[in-house]
Amino acid sequence: MSEYKKIFKNNLWIENPVFVQILGICSTLAVTNNLRNTLIMTIGVTLVTALSNLTISAMRNVIPRKVRMITQVLVISFYVIIVDIILRAYLPDVSKALGPYVGLIITNCIIMGRAEAFAQGNKPIISFWDGFTAGLGYMLVLVVVAFFRELLGFGTVFGIRIIPESVPAWTIMVMPPSAFFVLASFIWIVKGAQMKKTVKTSAGSTSASGK
Amino acid sequence: MIPDINPIVLFFASIFTSNILLTNFLGMCSFISISKDLKSSNGLGLAVTLVMTITTALNWILEKYLIVPLELGYLRYILYIIVIAAVVQVLEMIIDRVSPNLYMVLGIFLPLITVNCAILGVALFMQLRNYTFIQSVFFGFGSGIGWWLAIVLLAAIRKKTENAPVPAPLKGVGITLITIGIMAMAFIGFAGMIKVQ
Repeated sequence: MSEYKKIFKNNLWIENPVFVQILGICSTLAVTNNLRNTLIMTIGVTLVTALSNLTISAMRNVIPRKVRMITQVLVISFYVIIVDIILRAYLPDVSKALGPYVGLIITNCIIMGRAEAFAQGNKPIISFWDGFTAGLGYMLVLVVVAFFRELLGFGTVFGIRIIPESVPAWTIMVMPPSAFFVLASFIWIVKGAQMKKTVKTSAGSTSASGK
Repeated sequence: MIPDINPIVLFFASIFTSNILLTNFLGMCSFISISKDLKSSNGLGLAVTLVMTITTALNWILEKYLIVPLELGYLRYILYIIVIAAVVQVLEMIIDRVSPNLYMVLGIFLPLITVNCAILGVALFMQLRNYTFIQSVFFGFGSGIGWWLAIVLLAAIRKKTENAPVPAPLKGVGITLITIGIMAMAFIGFAGMIKVQ
């Protein structure tokens, strides 16, 4: 059980795919100007990552080395197609808003990264968990970024007005550049917290480089 | 309905007003990691431009003569990715044979390009916006040049600001993201000049 807990902690915080490993940035920036779309997108990515990891792990002993990458891509594409079709059927407005970015989940480095780094060398069930938690780590970052972008840019959260109409909206927040700034700020805060923790817990570090 | 845009205009639009990296956020991962070094950035930019142009053209042909007539829309993602992977593989073999020097420079990047979201993204945009063949080629080529331009710009900026006093938590990725954000803001100045769809 502790193995599972360790993976959970790792993927959500210590080695979070987005702000530590810097993967999956493309979609992080593109869809986070709207909280609802972001949530749907991240649920999709989490499912694809988990299921792809499961499948690739189950097949890991039969895939020849040479075609490893293309096989992974095909497995991932398979699940993305399913997610895309489900979205188009049940949530057509979200599907339209996300547009090609749903298809681009295939090239999301997180999924490929987990497949290479974990699923190739581990059992199916734990690979599923690893994929699932990696997706959750991704969801964590995106939801926070989207929360701020939608709140400050539109004044709403999930479409519910929070900031009164009279306050002028900070429109740059919903334009592309702000995604970079919000994400950078997020990384700043988180890395700062992680760094402080390392300094505190490293035994007997009194002098020097506290800056 | 096919958009009525002059391919040359589309070419310039995809470099400036609709830059694949700074406006559409595609191709970020390698953008952030490779822009540490100007020479590699140049090599990668060239490779991306080549692959993007070729695959966009091929995917257009695939779309028109295979996907639409046989109604294989649901397989589109898989088919496009297979085309991209195949092109990259073939290109790698050709470059290795024709110019080992170029292979030395580009070699490691080519497999990386297969999963570059920009390549698949450009193909999907082309299909979404219903471009003609000529428009697609110019769009693919322009997007590649735009990507190349952006990565070289970023590499140059990073080189210049290497020794700047950045707070520790922001070093590396953080400050790079902020730099890209400012670049993106600068490119917004081009917005509205040209339509792309």
